[in-house]
Order: sequence, then structure tokens, then C-alpha cells
Amino acid sequence: MTTTREQGSDERVRHVLEFPGGYTRSTGPVIGRFLTGLRDGRLFGVRMPDGKVLVPPTEYDPRTAAALGTADDDWVEVGPAGTVTTWTWIAEPRADHPLDRPFAWALIQPDGADTALLHAVDAGEREAMATGMRVHPTWRADRTGSIKDIAYFAPGDGPAEVPPSETDLEPVSMLTVPSRLEYRLRGGTVWNRFIDGMAVGQIRGTRCSTCGKVYVPPRGVCPADGLPATEWVDLPDTGVLTTFAVNNVPAAGAPEVPFVCGYVLLDGADIAMLVLISDVSWQEVRLGTRVKAVWVPEEERTRSVKNLKWFAPTGEPDVPFERYEEYV
Amino acid sequence: MGNRCAVIGVGQTQYRAKRTDVSLAGLVREAALRALDDAGLTFADIDSVVLGKAPDMFEGVATPELYLADALGAAGKPMMRVHTAGSVGGSTALVGASQVQAGVHDRVLVVAFEKQSESNATWALSTHSPFSASLVVGAGGYFAPYIRAYIRRSGAPGNIGMMVAVKDRLNALRNPYAHLKIPDIDLAMVEKSMMLWDPIRYLETCPSSDGAVAMVLGSERAAAAATAVTGRRPAWVHGAAMRSEPMGMAGRDSVDPRAGRDCAADVYRQAGVTEPRRQFAAAETYVPFSWYEPMWLENLGFADKGAGWKLTESGATAFDGDIPWNPSGGVLSSNPIGASGMIRFAEAAQQVRGQAGEHQVAAAADGAGLALGHAYGGGSQFFAMWAVGAAKP
Repeated sequence: MTTTREQGSDERVRHVLEFPGGYTRSTGPVIGRFLTGLRDGRLFGVRMPDGKVLVPPTEYDPRTAAALGTADDDWVEVGPAGTVTTWTWIAEPRADHPLDRPFAWALIQPDGADTALLHAVDAGEREAMATGMRVHPTWRADRTGSIKDIAYFAPGDGPAEVPPSETDLEPVSMLTVPSRLEYRLRGGTVWNRFIDGMAVGQIRGTRCSTCGKVYVPPRGVCPADGLPATEWVDLPDTGVLTTFAVNNVPAAGAPEVPFVCGYVLLDGADIAMLVLISDVSWQEVRLGTRVKAVWVPEEERTRSVKNLKWFAPTGEPDVPFERYEEYV
Repeated sequence: MGNRCAVIGVGQTQYRAKRTDVSLAGLVREAALRALDDAGLTFADIDSVVLGKAPDMFEGVATPELYLADALGAAGKPMMRVHTAGSVGGSTALVGASQVQAGVHDRVLVVAFEKQSESNATWALSTHSPFSASLVVGAGGYFAPYIRAYIRRSGAPGNIGMMVAVKDRLNALRNPYAHLKIPDIDLAMVEKSMMLWDPIRYLETCPSSDGAVAMVLGSERAAAAATAVTGRRPAWVHGAAMRSEPMGMAGRDSVDPRAGRDCAADVYRQAGVTEPRRQFAAAETYVPFSWYEPMWLENLGFADKGAGWKLTESGATAFDGDIPWNPSGGVLSSNPIGASGMIRFAEAAQQVRGQAGEHQVAAAADGAGLALGHAYGGGSQFFAMWAVGAAKP
């Protein structure tokens, strides 16, 4: 996960979710056999109880959930040529699309199959596409056992050339599927006011007009009463450590281990805030320790929560457990 | 509570670190087909399917219920997906039960799963909003401070968590489906294991598992028909409830959440339970970190506030104790997160059906006993529970 802050008045924060290395997909025997076929430059379907041939195959009859493809006799080689049953034209391909020139997404029913699979057709121009047109696969040379082993379908019956590939490989049983979600998030008015405070070294909270509880970080709506919290409160940057954990599990974006994350009840707040505890060895951190915020030097401050580096013990006497127990 | 509802079939997969031999569809079908077989039914007999799993980030398959509908025989039938974080397995069972209790359906298939090997659970649970600091790493990072607060509040000795870790792993040796099998587990081994999120050691945490569980829930008519075919008795739902509360609310007790207490009180009222420790013969509770056993013993009313750890220390919750907790080995031994709650519910049902095999608690199978199934999720903010018994409520 990475985040980058965009500058400007309508500030948005880029938020990327991407599992390092990509998600895996164990294929199971049926999808695995289909993908192994693709790697060999062959298209396979599976016969359903009514004799119809399903391509791509599934492990189960989509209507009855009965198991499919468990016997070798259930498998049928289809195509490779087929017929377009419907299509849509992509005039401006995107970066992730299979072709960098205009193409069609089409449902293609391979000869001998009773269902269609989705793939790209490289027809050159929209006018060349038609429902009912004949197409054949253009196989890649570097096939890995993926639907992308077919680069695209081309107009006409073929022949579909199959460039030779490596043989004597294990059947396909696993895929790696990189996926990336990228969001641009707005913090909203409450967040912006909070972060404006952080820019000048001031922690701000909100007070609920009904229950009077002070929330920090601030809340636009009181979680107990469900009403807008409209009153802003400037809070001191001192408080008591109500509980904590010593983290020895490393993670991207988190502080170097071991680090202490703790809940600090700021003086005047009604809910403890999760913060980093530092300037003290982890063995010496105690419940009830009085702490104070450590800020980055004024000249280095930005409009960021990172202005507040961590909380450190003040050296004042510990607060008795009974005085903060209800805030744990 | 509406019409009577019974568990008439239970199916579990083997729980393992990686089930590379099956697809997601193959995994859920394995559990579903076993549950149907246990009930003497096929997919064609099912009226409605309810599917549960934890966040989609675990497998990176968005809204997997859409693709799994066909795999679970839901064509032409109602199908819905439930999500309440870690408690989802329990909530899924209760949504299915409500369809029977409301008289809408006779036979409902409930299924829950997780295939955590497709990514990494700690990563998937640590994708922080850019508006907060990245200080919580994984579920253990979230729960460790509350465990520390519990220890401080109750004055529990430091070895209680280790005792639970050993007890549940010994129980797992009796359970053929359990993921972790550590025959030589003892306190010394737990103590020597790495401190991950102080005060939580490695062997005091749950594993990361692939697996699925399914149940067939039936009406009174369906239960009678199933028993006539299979000879196996159903587990009747005597009480069922869900509760939730905000995670960050001023005055909230995160160690002993009110939602958990209220949920238990509701279930006990329906089931006529006034003394849970005496009236339940066994409990399957959601204990992903060992210290949550004493914490939930108090939250669920099996012990007074501050005294949960004494029950654990006395051996009362062990397999041969007077109130065995997690005879299956629990979440500490098998944790396909989305399924873990339903596994608790299913194991409770198996106990009162007398179908728990080597981890059968004798008192639960005597035809009169009650068992508790419990799940929690999120930041201890979602709770789902049921009380099941062999006798008709």
C-alpha cells in the first residue's frame, strides 16, 4: 500500500491497494485442465449431462450444481475457430487491454461448443465486425496456461497457427493474478480542519452537543448519538497512556520493529487516540505513563499527521489505573 | 423466535495452510456436499443459499458470491451474502436460521469460507486508510492492547494465555479437520515462541487457514424427514441473537464489550439459561488469541467480572473439565477467518447431535444438553451466538 498526497485546495489522497507479488488462484482440476490446454495451444470444453459442451468449463453444471469434468470422457476439444455471437467495439483501448489498437470484445462460440467465451477480436475497424462472423485464435509463442495465451481472435476460419511451446511441463494448477486498486480519497471537512491544526502543531477534536463527549481525532457525527458534532475543541498535546502493545511484526508503512503503539487519552478528551510511543525503550513502557507529543521542527512542518512524530514520557508520576480504566 | 429451526446437516473441509488442490468453488462445494450428504439431501432439495466470508481483500475476488452461486446450486433460488468481519460465519448461520424461523423456507444451505493462502491475512488487515497512521499490524496488533488492559484489570497471572494455547491445541489432536496438530505442545514451548505483539506470543495466536464449512438448516418438517433418512438427530436452535456496536465510541468498554453481554443475555433468555456454566455442556467460542478465553468467559457470563482466568486456571474449560470450551481445538487451531464463526456454530451443533467424534463431550450428547456457538468480529464490535440442544425447544 502506498499513499501520495496531492497538493492544492481540493486535496485528494492517492490510496493504492496492491498485494505484493499478486494474488494467487489455485485453479482446481477443471479450470487447471482448461488452462493446460491453452498452454498446449488447444481449446477444451466439458460435456454437461444433457450433452451440451460448456466452454470455458466449470467444475459444476451451472443449472444443477452437479459435478462436471470428473471423467476423461467428459472432455471435448473444440474450435479453434468459432462464431461471434455478440460484440462491442473499443475505439480507445486502455493500458490494460489486450490490444493497443481499436478492437472488439466479443462472445465467441468455438465450433463444437454450446456456449461462448469472451475474448478480443482484432478486426481493424468497426465495420469489419458482425454478429455471426467467423474468427480463429492467434496463439502466443510464450504460452503459460492463461486465457492470454490467445493473444486475440482474428477474422476468418484460420488456420490457427500454434507456435511450438515447451513440453513435459506439470499441469497448470496455480495462477498469479496481479491486481491493483487505486483510489483518490477526499478527507472531508472534518479531516481538513483537523489536518489544518496539525499543520500548526495543534490537536483538534470535536464535542458532541448531546452527550458532551470530546472526540479526537474529530468525528463529524457522534457515534453514540448519531448527531452532527459541530463544536471544535483545541486539546493539549499531553495525556496518559491507557494501554499499549509492543509490535514485533514488520509491515510496509509501519514503523521499524520493535515499536510501541499505544492509546493515549489526551487531557480533556473522552476517547483514547492510537499513537506511536517513543523516546523510551519498549521494556520501560508502563500503563498510566504521562506522555507529551513530540512534533517535527516548525520549519519542517507540512499539512500532515506526520507532523506529530510520536508521544514520549514526560517523567511526571504515573496516573493510577482507576482514573483512566473506563477509557480503555 | 418464530418457527422451530434445526441443524440437519454439517460439512467441513480439512483446514490447512494451503488448499492448493481446489479452487474457491471446489472448496465451498466440498463443505456443501458433505453437509447435504449428512442431511441425506442434494442441492435440488435446498430452498435458499446464504454465503458468508470475511473481507474480499483476502482472496482479491470482489463479491465472490456472484460466481459461487452456481457452484452452490443456487440457480433459480434466493442467494445472499453476509459480511460482519470475523463473526460472519455466525451471522451467516443466523441469517439462514431466520429464513426457517420466519417460515419462509424449509431447507436453507448456509456456507462460509476463507482461502487465506491466496494472499496474506496480516497484509489484508493492515491496508490502512491514508487518513490514519499505520500503527496496527494485523489483528494481533489491534487486540494486544486490550489483552494487556484485561490482564491489568483482572490481575491474571501471565501464564493463563499459555494455558489456553496448550489446551486448545491438545483438543485439536482429537479433531480430524483441525489445521494445527502439535502433539508435544506444552507451556514451555508456548513460552519460548516468539513474542509477536507483546503480550501475544506466536503460539498464542490463531493460524491462517484455508477452509469452508456448511450446514443445512431445516424446519421441523425437514428435520423429521432428515432423521428418518439418516438416523442422525438434529440440533435444535434454542436461542439466537446478533448485536453490534461502534468500534470507536467514548465510554465503550473494548475489553468487555456491551454488545457481547447483550447478545449473550438475549440468547440465554430465549433458551432459558440462567447459569451458563452449569446449563451448557460445551461451548465453541471465538478465541483467536488465547487470552480471549478468560475475557469471553466473563463477557458471556460463565464467570464473574475479573474471574474468567480463574476458571481457565482451574481446568474447568479443559476437555475433561465441567464446562469444556472449544473441544474442537477452536480458532487457535483452525482459522479460515470467514468460516471460523460458522465452525463454532457447527461444532456446537455436532456436540448436541452426538456427532463430534473423538472430541465429543459426553455430557453434551445425553439428549438434554445445550451447547453454545459464539463468534465475534471487527474490533470486538460484531457478535453472533446461538444455543443449540438435542431436545426440541
